[in-house]
Amino acid sequence: MACRFVLNNASIEEHVPADALLLDIIRRNRGMTGTKEACREGDCGACQILSGELINNRIRYQAVNACLVPAGAITGRHVVSIEGLNSEQLSPIQRALVDNGAIQCGFCTPGLVIALTGFFLNSRLSDENAALDSVAGNLCRCTGYAGIKRAVSALCRQFDLSASPLERRIEDLIAWQILPAYFSTAPGMLRHVHEITYAFHSPHPSPLQQERELVVEVIPCAFLSQYQVGKASEPLEHAILIGGGTDLFVQKPEQLHSQALYFLSNESLYPLIRKAQSDLIINALTTIEQIRTSELLQAFFPRLAEDFKLICSAPIRQRATLAGNLVNASPIADLAVFFLALAAQLTLVSGSETRIVSLQNFFQGYKKIDLKPGERLLEISFEIPGKADRFNYEKVSKRTHLDIASVNSAMLIQEQAGKINKVHLSAGGVAPVPLYLAKTCAYLRGQTVCLATVKTAAEIAQTEIAPISDIRGSAQYKRLLLRQLLYAHFAELFPGVFEGGTFNAG
Amino acid sequence: MQVNDSELHAQGASTFTDDIPTPQGTLHAFPVVSTVAHGRILNIKLDAATAYPGVVRILSARDIPGINNIGNIEAEEVLLAEQAVMYQGQPIALVIAETETIARQAAALVEIGYQELPAVFDARTAHAQGLHIMPPRIFSLGDTDKAWQDCDYIVEGSAGSGAQEHVYLETQTALAYPLENNGLKLFSATQSPGLVQRACARVLNCPMHRVEVDVLRLGGGFGGKEEQATLWAALAALGAVKTKKPVKIKLNRDEDMRLTGKRHPYDADFKIGLDQCGKILAYQVEFFQNAGALADLSPAILERTLFHTSNSYYIPNVRATANSCRTHLPPNTAFRGFGGPQAMFILESAIFKAAQAMHLDPAVIQQKNLLKDGDYFPYGMTAQQCMAESSWQALQSRYLIQDRQHAIDAYNARHPLSKKALALMPICFGISFTATFLNQADALVHIYTDGSVSVSMGAVEMGQGVKEKIRKIAALTFAIDEARVKVESTNTTRIANMSPTAASVGADLNGAATLLACTQILQNLKTLAAKLLADDAKPEHITLKQEKVYLNGEATDIEWGKLISQAYLSRTPLSAHAHYASPGLFFDRSREQGKPFAYHVYGCASVEVTVDCLRGIYSIDRVSIVHDAGKSLAPMIDRGQIEGGVVQGLGWMTMEEIIYDQQGRLKTDNLTRYKIPDFYFAPEIEIEFLADEESPAVMQSKAVGEPPFMYGIGAYFALIKAIQAFNPNWQADFCAPMTPEKVLSALYEKNESPFN
Repeated sequence: MACRFVLNNASIEEHVPADALLLDIIRRNRGMTGTKEACREGDCGACQILSGELINNRIRYQAVNACLVPAGAITGRHVVSIEGLNSEQLSPIQRALVDNGAIQCGFCTPGLVIALTGFFLNSRLSDENAALDSVAGNLCRCTGYAGIKRAVSALCRQFDLSASPLERRIEDLIAWQILPAYFSTAPGMLRHVHEITYAFHSPHPSPLQQERELVVEVIPCAFLSQYQVGKASEPLEHAILIGGGTDLFVQKPEQLHSQALYFLSNESLYPLIRKAQSDLIINALTTIEQIRTSELLQAFFPRLAEDFKLICSAPIRQRATLAGNLVNASPIADLAVFFLALAAQLTLVSGSETRIVSLQNFFQGYKKIDLKPGERLLEISFEIPGKADRFNYEKVSKRTHLDIASVNSAMLIQEQAGKINKVHLSAGGVAPVPLYLAKTCAYLRGQTVCLATVKTAAEIAQTEIAPISDIRGSAQYKRLLLRQLLYAHFAELFPGVFEGGTFNAG
Repeated sequence: MQVNDSELHAQGASTFTDDIPTPQGTLHAFPVVSTVAHGRILNIKLDAATAYPGVVRILSARDIPGINNIGNIEAEEVLLAEQAVMYQGQPIALVIAETETIARQAAALVEIGYQELPAVFDARTAHAQGLHIMPPRIFSLGDTDKAWQDCDYIVEGSAGSGAQEHVYLETQTALAYPLENNGLKLFSATQSPGLVQRACARVLNCPMHRVEVDVLRLGGGFGGKEEQATLWAALAALGAVKTKKPVKIKLNRDEDMRLTGKRHPYDADFKIGLDQCGKILAYQVEFFQNAGALADLSPAILERTLFHTSNSYYIPNVRATANSCRTHLPPNTAFRGFGGPQAMFILESAIFKAAQAMHLDPAVIQQKNLLKDGDYFPYGMTAQQCMAESSWQALQSRYLIQDRQHAIDAYNARHPLSKKALALMPICFGISFTATFLNQADALVHIYTDGSVSVSMGAVEMGQGVKEKIRKIAALTFAIDEARVKVESTNTTRIANMSPTAASVGADLNGAATLLACTQILQNLKTLAAKLLADDAKPEHITLKQEKVYLNGEATDIEWGKLISQAYLSRTPLSAHAHYASPGLFFDRSREQGKPFAYHVYGCASVEVTVDCLRGIYSIDRVSIVHDAGKSLAPMIDRGQIEGGVVQGLGWMTMEEIIYDQQGRLKTDNLTRYKIPDFYFAPEIEIEFLADEESPAVMQSKAVGEPPFMYGIGAYFALIKAIQAFNPNWQADFCAPMTPEKVLSALYEKNESPFN
């Protein structure tokens, strides 16, 4: 395909397969070696770049891992590599890293500069914790992170982001010399690229180019909403739909090479998350970060922002979608476990037909889902938790943050007049699918919340699960861990059970 | 003017081996590797791979013009396996193709027939079967057999620590291209350019002067590129010579993890005897080192284990036996600490177990047995300028450890499901290569007519800041601005026979050589200046300060630039080459006695943890350190080395877990499956330097690379203390790493509380 985008301060066109990775385009085709290759699976952040989308005449930038961004997803974007942040003098971010001993071998450094620049572009406040979260997806094997933390802290003291509204942020960052001056001309460059790329687009998106007999379709923002409601004529049966690609490009790069790819974007979908009577509805293309930061959701799940930090790093959260997490059908899928405990329903579409399936029934077996050829996931909905509902999410992995869970679990529970009258409990990593613990829920309904109930529930849960031993832990460990996470739900939601009861005797 | 490496890194403008633009026509190589852990090669079918479009050539052992050996210590280490394979991932053939992708795809098409042989993966089994890399070695002091009868407490047990993957962010990479007259230039991401040169010359059957190895910098090494970069460099060299084209080889992360060795796992049996006050009277230990399939550096690592048997404690009667056991895993190799951490973990386990038997806090035993000046190590050397006690005391007073312990006790009493603990970790680490002959280095210094300075020396920059330290040494010696000094790439044509950049001594040895070379030139400059200034002036009356010549303490009008141009015009040498050999080192292996180290580095750390007793997860809250860095030449660099070393050590003790399957194939082969510390895991680290201006290190600034790694060991013991605060019935098995899985099992094993 012809991939047109703005790389730093130049418009470029690359003729590459749609699954070519931005990392390779930058390093090999363009010979720009500041972006480093260290893992090729989004775990280390050494290849981070800024990806900018033109929205209402302004560019919104996000730090993403170039090793997981396919060519098909960068058409019409402004891509900024470390070279694109350099000026005559070091930027204040580069200077802070140098001056605070944040640099040793230097291999992770360009990625850090990008991640921190991304933070400055997007954060409303100079909040140190948020700044640290923005670099949490950058692994450093040399410094022990201490110097980097010093640099982040110094930067947060040096610049007060609250004084710079987001609408004026780019101009301010240019004035602060965090961004080179050419950033002010980037929207114009992008508009020009869009004109060339989409000039011939009719309301029906058509293949931009055919390469190696593959249909490669890039769906530009302006047409996505039409695409989204579904056009019966679209040849979706054999295509792979790509949301963020953060799982696909790690797991099946060779498979992607020989299939039609549709790159989806949610940028023109509004609202992604909405209320409809007593339900909340989330579009399947919503990214994990959009879910995490949704004020609508946070109102019902106050710990959401913190809980979802455990799931994956900021650059992955920016790209990974709800649909991807569910359709990938990992038995340990974090979002699946979260929404199972909300008894969520999925809306699936195929052309003009839609059908509803419960999330619980969607997972049919190991990596097997109830999704027919040509069908795709449109949205997920669930009943808004009431005031009396309590919800808790738990995840334990070898490394607390940014690791795949050994076991994860979620519980929604409502107690009335001393009895449990509603409960949904889910667990991942204990069965071939993300599991809804039906028997345990059935037992809990009508019980009093007390230690004996919790212990019995944990025993019943053991009869519903069938964990296997793997590198995430032995089957025995996962059994014990599920029991503990069930205890943890009650400890979090009904502190009295643990603190006032006999548990205190320990 | 020269900017430092950090500024280049911050701009992504620093060049690593994979960043070097490849000449047009560069070919790409990828190895065909063994898929069995142990076996005889019956046949190799190349047809499909040879016919694959884009494949240029496939090389096997019989294409090697010289000797099929790249070993440093032992002769058994082949470049390409010919008859037998010893581990999964051992290279058998080399596919050279037009692109990386083609080379990988074609390599997968090579079919190899094996007769599989029994394979062993753990050290104790190998030991029982008599599979060893070398005969056992024994260090002893006093008479343990006699000492047991004087002990009030004798405690026996076993302990062990796991493998650790280096995870240098830059994977193994080499680029070789042929030069005229059968020459070869190699860019190799290696800590040992000299070894790469020697091994390539041997493989190619050519004199060493035909092979030029150049290393600009590494994206991390940590020991993983000391010995194990050689294989990839030699394969690229062989490919370049056979195809007469530039050949590049670069491993992806998963390949790098599967095909290269790790920190050695160790098992050990110990027996420790104490009097009733907690004084250790005797310590007997037998180490079982899992060497992997080939010798690599295992014998040297085994030796350093023995040298660190008693860490920073004086034990009058010691008997340490060390076995290097041959298994069918990729050869394990150097990793920060080089066998020292493994020894220290075992002794701390013994102390902990003894403390439990005696109902004491382990810190009581630790403190009672700290080394003092004049105490003997179990290898004949005595402790001098010993700082074991002073660093322990400084730690206590600087960080109010007692108060912290009280706060922890109070917290634990208030929190039934969350427990905190604190453990102390003193260290004493010997500085020098234990192979005495390696303790030499060369430097070549030029001053150009514009006053700019070029320094070549034998150390490789890999993030440890050696170039920055060398730059400081040259700038300080000449009293000039650092910006005038450039430290060149590490290159075998400028520096011959260099030792690996390892053993924490890169800056010590090469800094001393640089100092000597600079001093030689400086002497000539002073003689010249004296002549220029006054008839009766003597060189000893001349000093240089801030780029200016001073006579008898008075500033003159001769500035650095003028001095250098005068030197050139008067035909004064502006270049010097110097050689440095650490004085006074010797070691007699027949008696296992001598003075193997120039000096020791001391320090002490406190590690605090919190265990979530509901979920079995934990955090390392704070590491507080008092460290003996001498008179630090570059405090920011040294601080960074301590912080980075500590966190690597914490990773080794906690989440970094290497798992092989039943066939010896690595399961934890990417960064999704093998977790290293991230931002959130990294604790607060406090560091206080101990002032020690009498250090025998270069410019009094002590080596700092490896010792801080061992502070991390404290995390294991803090974790087991916290677990026992929740579940007193649990007995520690002293088996690291202490993963959340092990913690949760420990919390609820034989737990009689209502929580279970």
